[in-house]
Parts: sequence; C-alpha cells; structure tokens
Amino acid sequence: MWAMIVKEFRQLRRDRRTLAMMIVMPVVLLIVFGYAASFDVTTIPTVAAGPEAGQVAHLVGEPFHVTATEPAQGRAWAEQQLRDGNAAVAVVTGSGRPQVLIDGSQLFTAKAAIAELSAAAAKAAVNGPAGGQASQPGSQPQPVVTVLYNPELNTSDIMIPGLAGVVLVFVGTIITSLGVVRERQSGTLEQLAVMPLKPRDVFLGKIVPYFAVAALDLAIVVGLGVGLFGVPFRGSLAVFALGAVLFLFVTLGIGVLISSVSENQGQAIQLAFMVTLPQVLLSGLIFPLSSIAVGVRWISYLLPLTYFNEISRGVMLRAEPLTSLWQPFLLLALLGVVVFTLASLRFRADLAPAAPRRGSGTPRGPESARGAPTATSAAGTPSARSAG
Amino acid sequence: MTAPGAAESGGDWWGTEDVCVKFGDTLALDRVWFRAEPGRVSAVVGGDGAGRTTLLRCLAGALAPASGRVRRPARMATGYMSAGSGVYPDLSVTENLAFRATAYRVPPQQARERSAELLARAGLDRVGDRLAGQLSGGMRQKLGVIAAMLHRPDLLVLDEPTTGVDPVSRADLWWLIARAAAGGAAVVLATSYLDEAERAQDVLVLDAGTVLASGTAEQIVAAMPGTLTITSERPAGDAGRRAWRREGRWRVWDPAGLDTEGAVAPGSRDVVMPDLQDAVTVAILARELALVPAGQESR
Repeated sequence: MWAMIVKEFRQLRRDRRTLAMMIVMPVVLLIVFGYAASFDVTTIPTVAAGPEAGQVAHLVGEPFHVTATEPAQGRAWAEQQLRDGNAAVAVVTGSGRPQVLIDGSQLFTAKAAIAELSAAAAKAAVNGPAGGQASQPGSQPQPVVTVLYNPELNTSDIMIPGLAGVVLVFVGTIITSLGVVRERQSGTLEQLAVMPLKPRDVFLGKIVPYFAVAALDLAIVVGLGVGLFGVPFRGSLAVFALGAVLFLFVTLGIGVLISSVSENQGQAIQLAFMVTLPQVLLSGLIFPLSSIAVGVRWISYLLPLTYFNEISRGVMLRAEPLTSLWQPFLLLALLGVVVFTLASLRFRADLAPAAPRRGSGTPRGPESARGAPTATSAAGTPSARSAG
Repeated sequence: MTAPGAAESGGDWWGTEDVCVKFGDTLALDRVWFRAEPGRVSAVVGGDGAGRTTLLRCLAGALAPASGRVRRPARMATGYMSAGSGVYPDLSVTENLAFRATAYRVPPQQARERSAELLARAGLDRVGDRLAGQLSGGMRQKLGVIAAMLHRPDLLVLDEPTTGVDPVSRADLWWLIARAAAGGAAVVLATSYLDEAERAQDVLVLDAGTVLASGTAEQIVAAMPGTLTITSERPAGDAGRRAWRREGRWRVWDPAGLDTEGAVAPGSRDVVMPDLQDAVTVAILARELALVPAGQESR
C-alpha cells in the first residue's frame, strides 16, 4: 500500500492542473459561490403608471425602487415594462384601487414583493395606511395584486427554461471537449492533420453532430417541460430557436477551446467542470442576479447561460419579442464571435504541421512523444545490444 | 528558392534535404538527408529516440522542420499511418475505411472494391463489422496500413507498422507494403526490427537524430569498417567496450582488423560475415565510442 501511496503522490505532484483543482479551486469556489448564494432580495425594480404615478415612490418605500413613472400611461404600458424585463413590479394608479402587477417569472423577487405587500397591508389594517399617514384614514385603498406570467409562482415554470440552457451547456461544453481531445489521445488528430481536409472542414465536421444532438436535446427538454410540467410557451418559437442557436454556438466553441488546451480527457473534464459549474450557479438560474454580490456578479455577465436564461424565460414565459431581447442576443453573439474565433484559431493550430514547441522536451501526442530523443541512444546501450 | 522548412513537390523522389528538428534544446533531427524513390520500400531504423518517428512526421507533413526542406507530394497523394495505427477505435473496420475513402475522395465503387480486396488479402474480410478497438494489435495495424494505402498514394509513410505483430500478420503486412510499392508508391516505414529492414530496398540508419548510414542493406554491410569476430566470453579490456551479445554469444568489433590485444586469445574467435544487424550495431557503437573516450564510459 505504501508503494501505491508514494506513486500516487508522485503522479499528483506532476499533474499541476489536478493539484490546483484540488487545492485552489475549492477555496475560490467557496468564496465565489458564498457571495453568490443568496435568495435575499434587497431591491425590487418598480415602475409606476397613471395619474398618481408620481406618488408611488413615496408610498411604497423599501425594497421597492421606482425606476420610471409615466402619469400619462396605463396598464398596457405597465405590462409591457414587465414583459420586457424593465421591472419586476408595476403599479398602475387611477380611478379606484391601485393595481400592482408582479412579474412571476422572477420568482424570488415576486415572492419578496408579495411578502412586502402583505406585510404592508397587515400593518395598514392595524395602524392605518403605510407611511404613518394616520391623519388620512382610508385614503389609501388596498391595491389589487396580480401576478403575471407565472401566476401560481411555480418553480418549474422558471427552472425549466433555464434547465434547457444547462442541458445545452453540458452537451455543448463537456461532450464536445471530450470528443476533440479523444482524437488527440488516440493519435487520430495527427492523422487528420495530414489528410486533405481543410481545418475549417474538420472543425465544422467535428461540431455539427454535437450541434444537432444538442438541438435535439433542447427540443426534448422543452417538449417535456411544456408537456409534462405544464410550463407555458407563450412567445415565438423562432426567437427561441435563434437564441438557442447562438447559445450553442458559444458553448460548442467553449468545448472546442477546452479540448484544444487539454492534453487528455481528464484535463478536459476538469476544465469543462470549471466552466460549467459557475454557469449553473451564477447565471441567475438558481439565485437571482440582483441577489449576487456585486463583486461576484460581473462573472455572471461573462457567462453565456446568463443571457440564454434571459432569452428563454423571456420568450417562454413573457412572450418577449426579439426587439426587447436585443441586448442578451447581442451579448450572446459577441461572446460567440470571441469564443468561436479563439476556438477555431486553436483548432487550426492543432491541425497545422506542428512546429516543435520551445521548452518542451517532447511534442504532443503519443506517437510524437515516442519520436522525441532522449539523452542517450537506447539502441546503442549494452542492454539493447546484448538482447539479440 | 524554397524557404527553409518548406515542403516541395515534384520530381521523382520524396524525402528530406538537410532537415533539422529541435524540441526545446534537444536536436531531434540533425541535418538529415533522406531519399525515398517511387516503387521502392525504404526502412528507417534506429533505437528508441533515434528520430525515426520525427523524420516520418516531417515526411507526412505532421511536423514542420526548423530548417531544411521536405519533398513530399500533395496531401491527397500522401498516405500516413501514425504509430498506434491511427484508426478510430470506435468505428468499425469498414467505417474506418469509408471515412478515409471519403476524405481522400476515392469514388465509392472503387473504394469498395479496393477495400474488399485488401481486407481479404490481409485476412480482415470477416471482421468488417467489428470495431477497430476490438481488433487484436496485429489486425489493427493491418487496418491502419490498408487505410493509409487505400487511395493509392505516391508516398506511403508507415510508422512501425509491424511492431508487436505476430509472424503471420507480419507477412500479411509485408504483402500490403510490397503491393503499395509495386503500385508505384514510395514506401517509407520505420521499424526497430533489423531483420525486417533487410527486406526493404533502401535503409536509413538513424541514431540520436543523425544519419549513421544509408543505402541498400548490402551497401551498409559492405561499408562496415573493420572485422567482426564471435566468441563465447566477453573479452576484457578495451575490446569489451566493442562487444555485444547476440544469440547467446559475444560479437567483438575491431575497427582496424583482427584484435590482438583483447583478453581472449585470437585463436578462440571466429571471424563472421556481418549482416545488417551487425552493421547497424557497429555504426551506433562507433559513434558512441567516438563520443565517449575510453575509461569514461558509464557502463
């Protein structure tokens, strides 16, 4: 057993990446996710419409944060603000009781808003209207609260559009990265490099099947979500498909990029894990983006799943049109261009006749390593000569 | 004028001209000149780390040399089997060949006929549906060679096609190699088996990245300097540094002629006619002895 322990330590010492994963990553992950893991909603973006819109900010108080008031607008405008993701709560004033519209697709924010409104209503019932305006009893009628897009506040309604993205991340990133690095490990990547195939053909030929499988996965997940879990699909299928294609573009590119910087499948899985886990935890899939500490939140905006979440929830739950989703689409496209360019450049370099790498005693690949010289001439050693 | 490290095509031979390859600070190939002619089989021999695979990778276009020139045909006319067969273990035999045929644009009908013929001759016709990863080592090597020669390349580069292969499969492989050469291809193969290299028309002996000898096996043997004797005991003294064990006895090389200073009496030795294995061993030994002065050797 001692021999095994020593051997394992020696191997581990030489595998710097695994060692870093084991020691550094847990610390980094704990810090990052520690700041990210919060369901607490401290700010609820709110808009107000109707003749008394200007007074809403004064009446609602924290944690509602009124970002826009439009006295000339009505309920239609307020609904549009929620649909387009500009606010989580909209207050419509006018004749009769004020209407409070809540975006149910922002589950935790919606729950927090309902809780605040209930607390305020209870307080008003005991002490009079909110804000201590006891001198005007009954002047602030209780609002009519309506939850839009996810009236039952079902968790599955908001999770499944996001989970569709997670499935794509897994297929796109992990499976693709393994597929390419397997070529390198088995020595067939070098075989491809000398074949009369253009790097572009190899690159596209490699990812198109994964693209097709991932697209099929997506269709199955969304189909099951709608059929089995009753998740609504209110928006345009074409807009959703366009978002999915862009998102796949990025995730497949990340997969190829990972494989091009990995020597073996183990390293590829490690890297893919490091890319996938933050996407699950920091993209707004589980924790609301607004609840993630600002120091960590910037990472969320570098993750493609963040934007796909916006698109899938926006289209499926709120029927958001392309015009209101231009921002996540644009950012996803930008990420796609950057990642895909890097991936194709790396892949092209992999397939080009390899220039021997400086500082490396052996070139990459099993057969090339065998060709690398050693300090002594093995054929000339006594053992080799006496073996005959 | 072609830039250093560039590949050229055209002409009636393929090979390298003054090629150098460096891995970090290590010179893997040092000014290597090599010529492979159409219709001939050339064997590149040498020990581990001699630079055989590096030379073959340069020839196939998988490795760019630091300097010198590589003459090779277009990719479409080059066939390459990397060490380890280079076939996809998770594709069947016929799927592997179909992939190669498509990549090299071999017409489907022609690809089917040639695949069937080569598979039958190599004894693989009954395992066409079997995954390459489930084949024995020898069968996989044969598949690798067939895949590399399927499109009738002008230059066929095979890295250790017969390593770890049983004698029957080795005979099949040599049939395939001869068939490719008979079809007009210049075949270059790396091997560590010197008896096998004797079957090739041309031999290149590499050691530590340098060319020790080249020519036909007969030419290399004839060019061996000194004499070779055989004895039952390893001689003492300086002669011992020039001795190696083969087939249960000791062979002693004397660069200048019959060794009269060895501990073993000259009368107890027989002078033997060297073969390629002896000539290669002597070439490597001569280089080592030139590099390591007497009394400084570590053995």
